[in-house]
Amino acid sequence: MVNVRNFKNFIVDTATLMATGSRIYYMWVGFLLVLIAMGGIAYANQLHKGLLVTNMRDQVSWGFYIGNFTFLVGVAAASIMLVIPAYVYDWGPIKEITILGEMLAVTALIMCLGFVMVDIGRPDRFWHIMPLVGHLNWPVSMLAWDVIVLNLYLLLNWFVVTYLLFSAYLEKHYKKALVLPLVLLSIPMAVSIHTVTAYLYNGLAARPYWNSAILAPRFLASAFCSGPAVLLILLQVLRKTTRLQIKDEAIFKIAELMAYTMGFNLFLTAAESFKELYSGTEHMVYFKYLLFGIEKNGVHYNTLVPFAWASIITGFVAFLLFLIPKTRTNWVTLNIGCVLIYSSVYIEKGMGLIIPGLTPDALGEIYVYRPSFTEVAVTMGVFALGALVFTIMLKAAVPMMLGEFTISKGRMAAKADPETEPVQAH
Amino acid sequence: MTEQLPMPTPPPSDESGCGTSRRAFLGTAVATVATALTGCGKLSKEEFLQHHFKELSKDEVATIIARLEAEYKEKYHKTVKVGTEGPIPGVIFGYGLDLSRCIGCRRCVHACVKENNQSRSPEIQWIRVLQMDKEDGVNLEHAEQYYNPAEVPQEGHFYMPVQCQQCKKPPCIKVCPVGATWKEKDGIVVVDYNWCIGCRYCMAACPYGARHFNWGEPHLDAADVNPDTHYLGNRPRPKGVVEKCTFCIQRTRGKEQRYTACVEICPTGSRKFGNLLDPKSEIRQVLETKRVFKFKEDLNTQPTFFYFYGV
Repeated sequence: MVNVRNFKNFIVDTATLMATGSRIYYMWVGFLLVLIAMGGIAYANQLHKGLLVTNMRDQVSWGFYIGNFTFLVGVAAASIMLVIPAYVYDWGPIKEITILGEMLAVTALIMCLGFVMVDIGRPDRFWHIMPLVGHLNWPVSMLAWDVIVLNLYLLLNWFVVTYLLFSAYLEKHYKKALVLPLVLLSIPMAVSIHTVTAYLYNGLAARPYWNSAILAPRFLASAFCSGPAVLLILLQVLRKTTRLQIKDEAIFKIAELMAYTMGFNLFLTAAESFKELYSGTEHMVYFKYLLFGIEKNGVHYNTLVPFAWASIITGFVAFLLFLIPKTRTNWVTLNIGCVLIYSSVYIEKGMGLIIPGLTPDALGEIYVYRPSFTEVAVTMGVFALGALVFTIMLKAAVPMMLGEFTISKGRMAAKADPETEPVQAH
Repeated sequence: MTEQLPMPTPPPSDESGCGTSRRAFLGTAVATVATALTGCGKLSKEEFLQHHFKELSKDEVATIIARLEAEYKEKYHKTVKVGTEGPIPGVIFGYGLDLSRCIGCRRCVHACVKENNQSRSPEIQWIRVLQMDKEDGVNLEHAEQYYNPAEVPQEGHFYMPVQCQQCKKPPCIKVCPVGATWKEKDGIVVVDYNWCIGCRYCMAACPYGARHFNWGEPHLDAADVNPDTHYLGNRPRPKGVVEKCTFCIQRTRGKEQRYTACVEICPTGSRKFGNLLDPKSEIRQVLETKRVFKFKEDLNTQPTFFYFYGV
């Protein structure tokens, strides 16, 4: 029966599942908590002294935080790489694991909101941006749009995940009439969150590096490379460590789709580079700063050059590994490819998007930005928070997905386990 | 006889008292969390709950001004007047800058800092002067802001001061997610420092580098405080918000309609200021007799700040 009482049991049981586990589980959670605490201390210091403790300044007014935010919006959007084959093409093997993509989306979005929160100068005024309560400058500001679509996408994914797990918990099949429209809705929504995020930068005529029509397509293409790379590794870990069955063909199918998006991503990057470098207008200076460095007053500024080429080379090698069927279906080369493409996109979004967009600045000044210790520590804290959220979600979700933990079996199983704390009877 | 109730009903006054205190408690609780988020422990509940400036009633504005003035009095031990003068009807301000006269002495930069209560450490400057090569013309790739010779002007160079261009189509206003910055009827683009969330989107959008952020707590010695301020202009700013040139709103909107500090200080008379709607104003004379250009005209921001070559 779907009722409030059952839902309360579901919540209590989920919390119990999350709170109990093996020694390795506790060690992992403990490790993440330590990282979160370190990030928290760094953030408290930043709150106290202001964003002065970052290396951002008027010239480069956005940096590592916003780069990570942008990257993670892509990861969140990429969950539809599982949804499309599963639901649009009704491909069975992936269907059972789409929920993992949705949980990854929820996690990535929580981290996104975390990165925005740590970046703003007055987090105490967060309520100013809330519709109705505050004064949201919608529809003019792209940031207002972003706030709306990101939160809606978070809600949507959170609801679908909770509903699917609750159904499994009740030993019932989920209502297809409810889930299918929502899952299908998540496809345009995933595209929209990353498009709107690209438009944040795209709409600024003051920054020629971002003011390019293919920015949004580039965002999507790169997101559909990096997001699934996380999932591919995760799926292999899960089927080794749990009884979750994930077919090889599901993994290889995702890898094949990734090969296409990676090819497209490289093509778009090449198209953008050609336009900038061949026409050679004054707007080329940002690209030049990224790829070759620029010279001013006898000083050669080339901080980003190694990162830029690392991103291009790793992206290209990963593309080859995914393109060739032999390396795509070999676990070693497949996983190397995953790591390479993830690094490629992470560098491209983290360092290669924001910083050259703002260097040289609006008046031609070159300020060399590198993230400060505080920025790195806070970023680590936010990633650890994401890892914690994802870990505890998986901890509860996997046994429910397997049907091992349900309303009838759940607490009995918990009671039988001598390691877990006794569950209070209701 | 009245029916016996299972539970005693509290008198209405009590109930409302309880409700109020609960609401007060909630407000205080939220404000406490918010105070923790500012990291300075000085946020009052009134400040936390203050709404958007344009949505405030006259009474609310008066209360806020009184609160700010008291705050500044306590902090700087002197009376700071915070004005709220609105735009003067029939006035749209325009600015002219004569590139052939400017010698790059930066007196305007420092007069502006003094007048507008900018943080001295780290120092925020609303005017940036670019040294350009004569043979390159206005070319930002060759622009230098940190020139420091014994004497200016230097051989082979000319100087281009840049500040807020008070655009007719300001990209900074468009992007602000909370509407904390807007264009007033007299053309001045202002910021409500009590509404800005510090996202710095406007800084990314501004093509002129005219917006500046309070990266740390602004440091301003009591002796340096200019006590003649405006809410939307040069009142002392808090940490974590964006600020910019306001054409010295506290002067230009005042009863005496004074010149901006930069116009007043300029030793070469390179800076012209006036009402664009008044055919006899200095700025209209410039537009009439000189050929002017707008900085980064291709972006269609339509500045009301005009550069010209006077000689």
